[in-house]
Amino acid sequence: MKIKLTFWRVVFIVIMGMGLYSTFVRYSHGLGAVSNMSDRFPWGLWIGFDCLCGVMLAAGGFCVIGAVYLFNIQRLHSVVRPAVLTAFLGYLLFIVGLLFDLGRPWYIWHQLIYMNPHSVMFEVGMCVMAYTTVLFFEFLPNVLERFNLKAPIRWIKRIYAVLVVLGILLSTLHQSSLGSLYLIMPSELHPFWYTPALPFLFFGSAIAVGLAMTIFESTQSAKAFGRHLELPVLVELGGALLVALWVNALLRFEDYFHRSLLGQIIKPSYEAYFLWLELALAFVIPISMLSFKKVRLSPNGLYLASVISLLGFITNRLNVSLIGFETYVGHHYIPKWTEFSVTLMIIAMGFALFGVAVKHLPIFPQENHVVEQRVRTKPEPLVGTVVLGHAGD
Amino acid sequence: MSKALLYDATMCIGCKQCEVACAEQNKLPYDDKVAAESVQSEHKYTVVMTKNDKFMRRLCMHCEHPACASACPVGAFHKTKEGPVVYDVWKCIGCRYCMVACAFAQPKYEWHSLNPRVRKCIMCPDRVVAGKQTACAEICPTGATKFGDRDDLIKEAQDRIRQNPSTYLPRIYGLHEVGGTCVLILSSVNVEEYGYPASNKIGDTPMPEYTGRVMEKIPDFIPVWSLVLGGIYWISHRRQEVAAAETAERVEDEGNRSKG
Ligand code: SF4
Ligand code: SF4
Ligand code: SF4
Repeated sequence: MKIKLTFWRVVFIVIMGMGLYSTFVRYSHGLGAVSNMSDRFPWGLWIGFDCLCGVMLAAGGFCVIGAVYLFNIQRLHSVVRPAVLTAFLGYLLFIVGLLFDLGRPWYIWHQLIYMNPHSVMFEVGMCVMAYTTVLFFEFLPNVLERFNLKAPIRWIKRIYAVLVVLGILLSTLHQSSLGSLYLIMPSELHPFWYTPALPFLFFGSAIAVGLAMTIFESTQSAKAFGRHLELPVLVELGGALLVALWVNALLRFEDYFHRSLLGQIIKPSYEAYFLWLELALAFVIPISMLSFKKVRLSPNGLYLASVISLLGFITNRLNVSLIGFETYVGHHYIPKWTEFSVTLMIIAMGFALFGVAVKHLPIFPQENHVVEQRVRTKPEPLVGTVVLGHAGD
Repeated sequence: MSKALLYDATMCIGCKQCEVACAEQNKLPYDDKVAAESVQSEHKYTVVMTKNDKFMRRLCMHCEHPACASACPVGAFHKTKEGPVVYDVWKCIGCRYCMVACAFAQPKYEWHSLNPRVRKCIMCPDRVVAGKQTACAEICPTGATKFGDRDDLIKEAQDRIRQNPSTYLPRIYGLHEVGGTCVLILSSVNVEEYGYPASNKIGDTPMPEYTGRVMEKIPDFIPVWSLVLGGIYWISHRRQEVAAAETAERVEDEGNRSKG
């Protein structure tokens, strides 16, 4: 097989190369050498992005499973498999990220024998472990089908109801608990983000992100694999996203209102700028866009609104985990390039694995649109798309 | 009864003997360079700071309800009944939640080690259990750092304030902060000037309560939420089964009618 060097494939190789170098530094010289974390900033980009955002972005799995299997909305059936795949990969990569961030990753199994039930981190750890197992079983039929193993699929079908309920229960718990992690720091986290409502806000935003992420990945794979886009499904998801964004926006407003912060959040300050950015991206822009029927019915409009809201919620998680501590610490934390490169490497691995899985497993429903793939008209503008498209070649 | 340390900043002469004794006790490096460092670190559990010819010591507060112990997922920190909050390196997985959870920013990390440990003052637990004073209290030439029963030390601190109201600020830092600590501080200037967190900011509520309020609901939440989810599943699928059965019936009916 001849391997063509496309632009994006070179980018992919460069990212992996830098990532591997940083991995080497991490495990040969320690956390201090590879990152700008310090006693003042013990949690950096890897917690803020890889863990908080990673788990949030993988929420599509439980949202779609919930819609299709719990509420029996069969119209959305076609997005279940890609959503489960994304979630499964997301959690696997979350664990990879953890192996970088933990100071003593070789003792990660201690979590199973030394348990501190008072610790939020313990709860998150257990739920994530259990949920990854659930996702494994939800994902497994793809592989079994590929190899035509009928019997085990029947076993999984029989326990599917349990998997569905368990998966949603575990997701509710750990998505909200990631917010609860910060409840123990009332004196450190800036009041814009410290609120007793943190677990509710984290859970609420996980649902909005789950929907946005499903729109994003459906559109993205449609482009990358030349698949036919199922517009009615996207439109339905877009409507749900609009509702979810409104609910989240309302929760945020209520929270600021009850804590009498409305006056403060409109005054310019370092934190306010980041808050404005977050609110604009997560709520103002996507809600305004989706309020137009024309946008709600167009694939490009839905895609754009989803991506913008995703960026907004990512900003939110980074505000909670990084920006919100800067005033307290009296120090700006800017991640070292090696920290970025590890994060980029993990993301790139995600895209590549997604591509491989889609290529070799029955993730997308069988269809006759394969021909379109060959006549891809323009080079796609998006990184993921192209890495995806070529990852398995 | 819980033991504690009373640090009276007005009696401190800044000799840094406590730093020396602590380093020796915990086998930490100590030389002129370390002595000159004015921040705590992995190799400096306690520090004596100077500001306008006045001194102030910092060390782990040994909270009555320690955030670090509540936060740690593997329970590597725990509060002993004698007072010290101690650390078990074997359990630690290095998540550093203890570091962000501590309102006094006491746990420090061995950032350049390949098998890093969390480091902080552990209040000489071996000595305390054996009925001895902490190394820093024992060496202190002026009695500025005094070891004893927490209740006795509180009484003594209150007496000192009463007898010398012009010397002391009328407060014992650590008496109520975050639910009380086993390090108590008397001084003539506000401890906040030396980087201690302000009393009104950290409050009197033990930090673990903020997470505890949510965590204690989980055992109830799990069965209730599972039932709700299971119920929704059952209803939505039941409706489908009923609909399917009805269609089947209708088809049968029509079949019969066309026959008849
Ligand atoms: S001061 Fe910090 S490290 Fe010391 S016991 Fe309290 S919470 Fe733990
Ligand atoms: S770093 Fe170690 S001691 Fe601190 S919370 Fe994590 S596991 Fe516990
Ligand atoms: S109590 Fe012990 S460990 Fe703590 S500062 Fe004093 S000598 Fe060091």
